Amino acid sequence: MADLYSVTDLHLSLADMTRKPLFGMAPRLDILKGLTFSIAKGTVLGIVGGSGSGKSTLGRALVRLLEPSGGRVVFGGTDITHLSDADLRPLRRRFQMIFQDPMSSLNPRHRVGTIIAEPLRLHGFDTIPARVGRALDHVGLPKDFAHRYPHELSGGQRQRVGIARAIALEPEFILADEIVSGLDVSSQAQVLNLLETLVAEVGMTLAFISHDLSVVRRLCQRVMVLQHGQIVENRETAALFADPQAQYTRDLLGAIPLPDPNQIWV
Amino acid sequence: MSFLEVRNLSARVKGGGPLLRDVSLTVEVGEVRGLVGESGAGKSMIGKAILGILPKAVEITGGQIVLDGSDLLTLPPAARRVKVGASCALIPQDPLTALNPSRRIGVQITDRLVDILGWTRQRAEERALALLGEVQITDPTRVLRQYPHELSGGMRQRILIASAFAAEPKLIVADEPTTALDVTVQKQILKLIAALQARHGTALLFVTHDLGVVSKVCQNLSVLYAGKVVEDSAVADFFRAPKHPYSAALLAATPKYTDPSAGLQPVPDAVIAAVRAEVEHG
Repeated sequence: MADLYSVTDLHLSLADMTRKPLFGMAPRLDILKGLTFSIAKGTVLGIVGGSGSGKSTLGRALVRLLEPSGGRVVFGGTDITHLSDADLRPLRRRFQMIFQDPMSSLNPRHRVGTIIAEPLRLHGFDTIPARVGRALDHVGLPKDFAHRYPHELSGGQRQRVGIARAIALEPEFILADEIVSGLDVSSQAQVLNLLETLVAEVGMTLAFISHDLSVVRRLCQRVMVLQHGQIVENRETAALFADPQAQYTRDLLGAIPLPDPNQIWV
Repeated sequence: MSFLEVRNLSARVKGGGPLLRDVSLTVEVGEVRGLVGESGAGKSMIGKAILGILPKAVEITGGQIVLDGSDLLTLPPAARRVKVGASCALIPQDPLTALNPSRRIGVQITDRLVDILGWTRQRAEERALALLGEVQITDPTRVLRQYPHELSGGMRQRILIASAFAAEPKLIVADEPTTALDVTVQKQILKLIAALQARHGTALLFVTHDLGVVSKVCQNLSVLYAGKVVEDSAVADFFRAPKHPYSAALLAATPKYTDPSAGLQPVPDAVIAAVRAEVEHG
């Protein structure tokens, strides 16, 4: 299967402003330390790791919200590592992002219909109302939700609006950064089932960032475990869960509290 | 007689709909009771009502909160503050906003002991030092002089736990204390809370939405839906056979990495409709 993304020796460092001297440059803080991996078309890659492991930074580098400081990111045959904003703009339609907090990523002053239509307009789509309706339909929301404001929706419904906005552009790749961690288990189940259907029906490629391995196991074909900006394990989901190789993966797995009082948890 | 007895507690938004409906629950000395429900079910409200820190827009419309034999709701406000201040503590959800960013860790732990309980500064500092050791902070002398931004999320939550146990409270309300932490840190913090609770024999009301966490730290649990307790069970019984259909649905919606073949089941609409009707009409 063809690779949609191929990432080679990706480095990313940011200025560490907490240690900046009064004069002179702030020291650089290495967040990603040489990652090499690829994402095959039509698959779901889970990216897991503790806080500060660099998983969100990696996601942001993939959709070029951050510019890598070294290595190569190739998307669909195009090297996007150092593309300028202007050159990236036509590509942006093809990779979209769903954010963690659906409340702060939806404009509270706009109705749902406008929120979903905005990127369509920016990318010069036609028949926008029909596309908005289709997107809402896809995520299982009634069409009249287009007239509601974000505050009138529940957390799960808001997150579905976020998904609708992303899929309306018919992207090839979606980055989902901790999109269910703020939701109740029931809404979480709905959103996960929805993503699963979308991947199966539309053949979308998805990178799913999460700290919750239970969720990752449900959804992803491959899992990549990050620690301190490095890949400690990148394997097929079933193999990884059956026989985790890295100590850190074992620690992560062992730390999950299962809803089972008999689980041995030492 | 339980240490804490909430009897038929009802509350509402002033001029609005009910938040808590006839809530009854008990926490014994040395018991950990889980309080679970979806967001908006009112779990945090119960904790806040007990501690007397409800938002101004919320009023209590009936019931009793009996703490160690006296009804908090009939006490004069000053007497209530002294009673709650001396015997209760809170472990809050977000360890960053709960600490004052412009003050050193040490004074934030000792202030309460000195100002409210009338300890000498020296005694309070010795206590703070001992507690930081108890919550497994290495080099406590240095940490006492640091500011919150210099510490990681897990460290900050340890500070708040130390602070909660500082005055030897009889009851601690833990309001989602690990939701902001990642799993490996969550595990350490939960074990720490459980160990301290057992050592000090504290009554602990543990508010969470995570049934996995409940199964690890609680002996009993109350399941809340729309401000009403729909199930009150021992943890072992609950996970073997939940009594209420809504609790069963909630359990089925909780993901388990050990069982990937089991489909994730959102709580079915029929169950929601039934539990809503039950809560609203009787």
